[in-house]
Amino acid sequence: MRVRYFAWLRERVGLNAEEVEPPAGVATPRQLIAWLRGQSAAHADAFADETLIRCVIGDDFHDLDTPFGAARDLTFLPPFTGG
Amino acid sequence: MRLTAVQAEDFDTAALLAQLSSIGVGGIASFIGIVRPADDDALAALRLEHHPRLAGPALARLATEAQSRWRLRGVVIIHRTGRLLPGEKIVFAGTASAHRAEALTATAYLIDQLKTRAPFWKAEEYRNGTLRWVEARAADEAAAAAWGETVNLPPG
Repeated sequence: MRVRYFAWLRERVGLNAEEVEPPAGVATPRQLIAWLRGQSAAHADAFADETLIRCVIGDDFHDLDTPFGAARDLTFLPPFTGG
Repeated sequence: MRLTAVQAEDFDTAALLAQLSSIGVGGIASFIGIVRPADDDALAALRLEHHPRLAGPALARLATEAQSRWRLRGVVIIHRTGRLLPGEKIVFAGTASAHRAEALTATAYLIDQLKTRAPFWKAEEYRNGTLRWVEARAADEAAAAAWGETVNLPPG
């Protein structure tokens, strides 16, 4: 599946987006974050505090515990600071 | 009347206010966010990043919410993106209503919600070359949450 990153999350991971193949059993954004942390030191640093992270599946914001089902495109966002 | 936009170019404040006043209202309230210069002149620019697919709909949703909570004749939200210099405008939020309380309150609502619910990010670019991402403030989250889910019509 494709995972996209924005703002400081992108800079800490070091990628705009990447193709990942998490193991079966990774069914929610929170589980995906836990798995991504194990992929590299950069991922571990980017996702050190998952309470900050927001998730987009399709075109909608979702709770980290919402199963992503068959979705193949998921975006992680740091807290918004516009306005 | 409802106008929301995400754009790199500057906006014409007078033209936006004229649009809000042209619909026959009792009052207009507006807020303009501006890039704040650092005291020591160390800030070179503010970089505004946004989610290209979701930022526009997020602004439209906030405008719709404001119109459902208060009796507004007009709502305008313009949010700029890209590299903005100190003194440049970042955001315009404005509302028009028959009564001042609703226009003022709805504008405050828009500003509070914009900070926490629209996918924009600020990074401060300093003259020494460093880039520092602005951290979300707990006070902003609290201000946005304090509005709750209820409809707030002022009395009268």
